[in-house]
Amino acid sequence: MIYREAGDFKTTYAADNQTFPIKGDRYAYYLVLALALGVMPLIITDYWANAIIIPFLIYTIAALGLNILIGYCGQLSLGTGGFMAVGAYASFKLMTAFPELSIVFVVLLAGLCTAAVGVAFGLPSLRIKGFYLAVATLAAQFFLIWLFTRTPWFFNYSPTGMISAPTRTVFGYAVTGPRASAVSMYLFCLAFLIGLAWLARNLTRGTLGRKWMAIRDMDIAAEIIGVNPLIAKLSAFAVSSFYVGIAGALLFVVYLGSVEAGEAFGITVSFLVLFMVIIGGLGSILGSFLGAFFLVVGPVLLKILLVDNLRWSSDLAAHLEIMIIGLLIIVFLVLEPHGLTALWRTIKEKLRLWPFPH
Amino acid sequence: MPDTLLFALEAAANGLTAGVMYALVALGFVLIFKASGIFNFSQGVMALFAALTLVGLQTGQIPFSHLINAMFGTRLHHFGWTLPTLVAIAGTVVVMVAFAWLVERLIFRHLVNQEPIILFMATIGLAYFLEGLGDIMWGAEVKRLDVGIPQGMSPVVDDVTYAWFGYGFYMDTLELWAALIAGVLVLSLILFSQYTKQGRALRAVADDHQAALSVGISLRFIWVLVWSLAGIVALVAGMMWGAKSGVQFSLSLIALKALPVLILGGFTSIPGAIVGGLIIGVGERLFDFFMGPIIGGATENWFAYMLALVFLLFRPQGLFGEKIIERV
Repeated sequence: MIYREAGDFKTTYAADNQTFPIKGDRYAYYLVLALALGVMPLIITDYWANAIIIPFLIYTIAALGLNILIGYCGQLSLGTGGFMAVGAYASFKLMTAFPELSIVFVVLLAGLCTAAVGVAFGLPSLRIKGFYLAVATLAAQFFLIWLFTRTPWFFNYSPTGMISAPTRTVFGYAVTGPRASAVSMYLFCLAFLIGLAWLARNLTRGTLGRKWMAIRDMDIAAEIIGVNPLIAKLSAFAVSSFYVGIAGALLFVVYLGSVEAGEAFGITVSFLVLFMVIIGGLGSILGSFLGAFFLVVGPVLLKILLVDNLRWSSDLAAHLEIMIIGLLIIVFLVLEPHGLTALWRTIKEKLRLWPFPH
Repeated sequence: MPDTLLFALEAAANGLTAGVMYALVALGFVLIFKASGIFNFSQGVMALFAALTLVGLQTGQIPFSHLINAMFGTRLHHFGWTLPTLVAIAGTVVVMVAFAWLVERLIFRHLVNQEPIILFMATIGLAYFLEGLGDIMWGAEVKRLDVGIPQGMSPVVDDVTYAWFGYGFYMDTLELWAALIAGVLVLSLILFSQYTKQGRALRAVADDHQAALSVGISLRFIWVLVWSLAGIVALVAGMMWGAKSGVQFSLSLIALKALPVLILGGFTSIPGAIVGGLIIGVGERLFDFFMGPIIGGATENWFAYMLALVFLLFRPQGLFGEKIIERV
């Protein structure tokens, strides 16, 4: 009754082309924005920020980046963890080399550095496809992690081999380091997420996004109708790595504070982000949000249930946790191979017809 | 002969035996990929699970004892018997075949006609599940696996090389045995696929699914068959690696070492897996031998991937892979 396009008249081309053509979607979007910006900062606590909200925001950025590469451009990559490490180490080097540089620019520059590295490792995609490419991107993962743990320059010759983020402020509020409050960290990450999600949505429905999708659907046919595969594939790698690099930088400066490359950005992180993209839905911006939420909240809930309520030993709970996550992924793929977005689409379809069955 | 050359030769010889171990894991990948187009990421975890089951059966552990203890407050751990190695191996084979049947029945039957990436994701999910299951069933601590193969320096190799070069090479007896067993395994796989009815059906499916279906070959049976074969290959790989360095989580990471082998040899070629494994094994040891001291060591984590990557630029389908023909 409420959720349908009838009666929502578009009088300009701009209105016709808008991101959310249905009024209900538009209002829901404004409501979520208002809640995230207006209400959340008032009620956020340290525990929820650290356990769920900040990792959710950061992993959503990473999932958006990977979704651009896999979901929109069709290039399978398993090197996400390595690229996140590039973002983290680039931000560390920039923070220590230029202490007066604003942290906002540090994070953006770290993203640009990662984009450059991403393009370099994206070069093989011009020759190879599918699983061969996936295995080739694993080369990036292992090589980059090895480079960051073995070259002392990257961690400023610190004896532990760890990097840790010094305190930096935005508008006088600390967003990194031990003094940062949950609210300022939350708003800092949220600002990046909103900006990047907006950018991703508009990139993917513009010329560049259409080129990516043409390459994804059939690259030879795309080449014949005039899409340059060199530009399309490398730009997808660049944009994707930019997002992933920013996610890595935020994960390091805001969330973890101090990291060791092999531990924080290992191959499991690559798989985690890949799961988010697949479970959320390939080629969907909303899917990245849903997938990240599902995989950040799921393990926390399991831990609360098993360790806190049933009082099992934590290693047994950890084994059971990965078993359940594996099982969930399989069940999910069997029941809905196109992810949570496909589920959401079905619900929307039903809502538009409601209360009529057809 | 100068010493450096002798040391390099020794490193290369050790690389050959290590390469056989990689090839053994890569073989499991190739079998499944050929017959069903599934890139089975869980091959490494299957090796770990098979090795855990073997140890568990051999030493008479009670499955899920940790879970049962946590739920009911009991203190179970062992049945109190030990099984002979051969019986335990037979038991593990039964478990792996049952596992193959379950995988086909519960997962891949429902995913027919899905995109390859979805199938790949399902195998990653399977890898996670199996890893958790193995730990919960048999416990997560490092276990010793003894299948009766001698370990330590091989005196024969030492004597022979000493007689030839005046310098005895150090090679592990276990690795030589592993190479021998791998050779027997590959030979029997080739004989099986060439001279038995099931083997011919398997090759037909690998060639063309639809044509195979139309002459009355049951695709489901073939899938169960290849997953069982991959399980048995995983058992052999798990047995060898487990006997060498203990049965523990890191065993599942050998799958990651097998991926560049696959690229090098081609995803669909059994000889490719073996040659690729040998090239990677030797290349890795020699690179670490010559370049390791210069650039800081531990290069074996990524060298294989870089080698495979460079290789791909010249031959995108791998050494023995089928020529990629693209049609619009």
